[in-house]
Amino acid sequence: MPSTNDILFKALSDPTRRALFERLCREGEQTVGALTARAKISQPAVSKHLGILREAGLVRDRHEGRQTHYAVHIGALSPLIDWTNQMTRFWESRFDQLEDLLKRMDQ
Amino acid sequence: MSTPANETLSVVVERDLAYPPEKVWRALTHPHLIEEWLMKNDFKPTVDHRFNFRGDWGAVDCQVVAVEPNKTLSYTWAAMGLESVVTWSLTPTSEGTRLRMEQIGFRPDQQQAYQGAKFGWQKFFGNLEQVLSRET
Repeated sequence: MPSTNDILFKALSDPTRRALFERLCREGEQTVGALTARAKISQPAVSKHLGILREAGLVRDRHEGRQTHYAVHIGALSPLIDWTNQMTRFWESRFDQLEDLLKRMDQ
Repeated sequence: MSTPANETLSVVVERDLAYPPEKVWRALTHPHLIEEWLMKNDFKPTVDHRFNFRGDWGAVDCQVVAVEPNKTLSYTWAAMGLESVVTWSLTPTSEGTRLRMEQIGFRPDQQQAYQGAKFGWQKFFGNLEQVLSRET
């Protein structure tokens, strides 16, 4: 059974999906039509990508009349944010060691 | 190597150091000095040179992307299938050097990274956590 991270990685490994996701992050909730108008692909293709993002828990959909609105699911990216947090801690500790080394080094 | 505009993962660590860029550069580029603060390695400051960092928890596969002495150093950083690029920038200041490290990961062409991350991600960070907890 795939883990949450697997699904997130797969969903975000596609540049088109990532671009759609980033637009929703930046600009907030939008309809499929509005997203399609500025994408270089057809509406069915946009819907398919949004479906994959939804299954990965990255976005949520909301039906209103004949329109489907998509918005980012807050917190969905926390496993990835965790990666940046952990790498930041890794590099911070290496910077400390680098400073120690520089103290000991000759000119 | 070009840097696509739509990356999703980025880590930046920046620090002011009381040492001139030339000295910081040596610590970043001499293998025996790198080993003292980062990891064992077979680094050479030559574009396209392939090398490894070796830690207790595994190896990082790298390739030098850019070298501009005392200014910029950039290499790819692939650990457990997750590929990224680490770029060091050195800027002279009145007190010494501002050192900036930027790590950018998960480029659009990284299906392979995903495949590797599938089985390596958890292990890599599990090991990293252990290393970090030992150091604090």
